[in-house]
Amino acid sequence: MNKRIFALVDCDNFYVSCERVFNPKLKGKPVVVLSNNDGCVISRSNEVKELGIPMGAPMFKYEDMIKKYKIEVLSSNFTLYGDMSRRVMEILKSMCPDIEIYSIDEAFLSFDYFTLHNIDDYIKKIREKVLKWTGIPISIGVGETKSLAKIATKLAKKRKELNGTFNIIGRSDVDEILKKIEIRDIWGIGSRFEEFLKKNEVYTAYDYKYLPFDWVKKHLKTVGLRILLELNGIPCIEMEFIEKPRKTICTSRSFGKDLEDFKDLKEAISTFITISSEKLRKQKSLAKILSVFVMSNPFKEGERYYKMSTVYLEKPTANTSELIERGVEELRKIYKKGILYKKAGVVLSGLIDENEQQLSFFISSYKGSKEENLMKTIDLINKKIGRDSIFPGINGIEKPYKMRQLKRSKNYTTRWEEILIVKS
Amino acid sequence: MGRKKKKIKLPLYSSKVSAGFPSPADDFIDKTLDLNDLVIKHPQATFFVRVSGNSMINAGIKDGDILVVDKSLEPVEGKIVIANVEGEFVLKRIRKKNGKLYLFPENSDFNPIEIKEGMECEIWGVVTYVIHKTI
Repeated sequence: MNKRIFALVDCDNFYVSCERVFNPKLKGKPVVVLSNNDGCVISRSNEVKELGIPMGAPMFKYEDMIKKYKIEVLSSNFTLYGDMSRRVMEILKSMCPDIEIYSIDEAFLSFDYFTLHNIDDYIKKIREKVLKWTGIPISIGVGETKSLAKIATKLAKKRKELNGTFNIIGRSDVDEILKKIEIRDIWGIGSRFEEFLKKNEVYTAYDYKYLPFDWVKKHLKTVGLRILLELNGIPCIEMEFIEKPRKTICTSRSFGKDLEDFKDLKEAISTFITISSEKLRKQKSLAKILSVFVMSNPFKEGERYYKMSTVYLEKPTANTSELIERGVEELRKIYKKGILYKKAGVVLSGLIDENEQQLSFFISSYKGSKEENLMKTIDLINKKIGRDSIFPGINGIEKPYKMRQLKRSKNYTTRWEEILIVKS
Repeated sequence: MGRKKKKIKLPLYSSKVSAGFPSPADDFIDKTLDLNDLVIKHPQATFFVRVSGNSMINAGIKDGDILVVDKSLEPVEGKIVIANVEGEFVLKRIRKKNGKLYLFPENSDFNPIEIKEGMECEIWGVVTYVIHKTI
């Protein structure tokens, strides 16, 4: 039988690890990285995990602990994390060409059977190379399926003595391991599945593995069956090598401070549309539907307000100016005076491939048009000389809604003015 | 009147047609030189840093210079390295003397750092090139 080997690579505390590469003072200290706007914890060092601060914790609830344990608090720096992620992924690819980049800090690798006899050594080598070349520690788990690889990675992270790698294939104690894995930690089990399974006394990956096939088929359908087979070592979730274009593109932000004026909101919405349409063009799509939404601050007293407005575009487009014009029209419909707005966003949907636009007598093609050329030129300039070198004037310059990022580190790897300074 | 000027559309050729003799160099054109090819051997492991201070001046590294640093290389004796000593980045040369390990400056105004047991010292990367502005 043609046996498959899957490995899941997961960077340890990725955002914190990126910060530590360029700031050695953070080593061994409790560190957290906050979400855009400094709202919630999105990455924790092991020291912080041990203190019991959960992922996603809102900052204001933990101010006392931060003072007490002298936790280093950093704003997120996605430019830096993106570049470090690229480096890690490129190294992984050089050591295993069958790679599926799953997220900014996770990737699946797929190996052929013939490498089985030295897979343990090989994943150790991968781990050492990534650590040495980039300074980023990673954990690697290996299994016969993606689901088992994911479980192996969890163990590699948890058990210190494993030094970050674990291979579950061919072990006699697989069932013992699965007994210690809660069902919520199985890949693909959501909260609704979890609730249902617990009601039926399925608590661990082991319990799930030995469920009757027909029972799973009846109650959990195909998704549940796939998990059952995967836990039994039969691969059902294939590698996805090609990045699928997204079906919707959403850009939304919480504002650094509440906004009241229409003008400020207009600038924010225009900026979000600029970002979204850039992403739209990058994946070579056109949008047919544009939605704009605004909401009030749920943590403050006063009227609760949430409104969304949607427009269908008769001519699918990726033209920033046109989308902004339509977006501002929609914003005008939902804007209400006297509300303190905390958040706003835009969603582009009904996306089609730019080559598949249906043409009619009245609707001209976006592809090959002057507007397409203009957009391409703008994208090229922004790519060459830096983000936002050219942007629509309507977006404003002061940006009163701008993210609150008090302690963002420098763009050490992408801006000459911000590279690391070393004392000589 | 109201007569419009008739526009004649001409095709635009993207390749140039030259009238004279073809250049004798045409068959020998190579790609242009890219400085990255020369100074970056391991792109994923290469970082740039800026120097502050003159402790390495005799090695040709001056205040304000930009260094190419390769994290993938082995930090062996004689190499100039970026090291993290007690939470601080320093730029020095690795030296061994009488069985002791040092981070050595290249300027007599500065003192070498002896690496002792229990000290926090980690080599961050090996310096491979110096970019020094001369104008």
